[in-house]
Amino acid sequence: MARRENPEINAGSMADIAFLLLIFFLVTTTMNVDSGVSKKLAEKPPVDYVPPKIKMKNIFEISINRNNELFVDGEVMELKDLKEAAVKFVDNGGGIGNPINGEEKGKECDYCGGDKDPESSDHPNKAIISVESDRLTEYGVYVTVQDELLSAFAELRNKLCQKKYNMSFPELEGKFIDSGRKDEALKAKVKFIKQSYPQIITDLDPQN
Amino acid sequence: MSKFRKKKKGMPALSTASLPDIVFMLLFFFMVTTTMRETSLLIDAPSLPSASQVKKLEHKSLVSTIYVGKAKDTKYGDKYNSIQLNDKIGTPEMVTEFILKAREDVAEVEIPLMTTSIKADKQSNVGTLTDIRLKLRDINALKLSLSTNTGSSIKK
Repeated sequence: MARRENPEINAGSMADIAFLLLIFFLVTTTMNVDSGVSKKLAEKPPVDYVPPKIKMKNIFEISINRNNELFVDGEVMELKDLKEAAVKFVDNGGGIGNPINGEEKGKECDYCGGDKDPESSDHPNKAIISVESDRLTEYGVYVTVQDELLSAFAELRNKLCQKKYNMSFPELEGKFIDSGRKDEALKAKVKFIKQSYPQIITDLDPQN
Repeated sequence: MSKFRKKKKGMPALSTASLPDIVFMLLFFFMVTTTMRETSLLIDAPSLPSASQVKKLEHKSLVSTIYVGKAKDTKYGDKYNSIQLNDKIGTPEMVTEFILKAREDVAEVEIPLMTTSIKADKQSNVGTLTDIRLKLRDINALKLSLSTNTGSSIKK
């Protein structure tokens, strides 16, 4: 009987199979980058801490009740009007601000575009936005409020940045990050913008 | 002169036998590196709120995630306020322990950079968030990220 020789298995298509698998895994494993509204919590105050006196006109009071209705400085407001109101409040610049950079006296806001209403906030670095929410408020609404406030700040920062450096604030920040966070000139610019409109948003603790 | 017969010239066929090996190597690399580090969810996948002013979370190893939503197991009730820490449903009190445990795996200098990401369903209540927030503040875990989808949340 003639010896039958085993025909070699053609391995040529093996690569195709492997490629198919490879592409499948490449496509299906979406690296979902987490993103979110970032918040920095205030440190826990010491027991004997006496909160500083803040003028009422420097506080922008937002409260959300359990029916997800919004009250701003005691008046009902719709969510879509919140950003505008926040911009108006922060950018008012009706008085003298807190001293910055070790200066002795605070200055007037020379970059604000607001109405300079003496009944509204003195200076962006004095303007405090406080958010009070009921325990039963819907989380989605709460996040939306936070987002609107942040976008109000983004708008103000953008406007100032456009005026001073002829580019938008994200652009400036992007350039700074591209320089490996080392470029001192850019760093100073970013810091200046951030300092001009500091995000002072506090969440009120629940009252007992 | 048959001795000096002209040699047949031409490229020898390139062996492709090792091609599958190379591709398999790549395949294994991708299979191994893309670990699905998602813990199995004990709550219904939260439908996140959306926001436009979002920041990306960097340094995955410094992020600890807390889920808030409706528990799959009905014994926790049908409200959207169950908190999942690691792989069990917990209470706000257990957040402290959860964060302290996460800190054990991190170098001391990096502890202030640790971020807590809260993935909460948009139907959950702010009260739950407040509870978590107070616990986080007690142990100085001050960086917080409220996980959202990207997009505008307001219909104008």
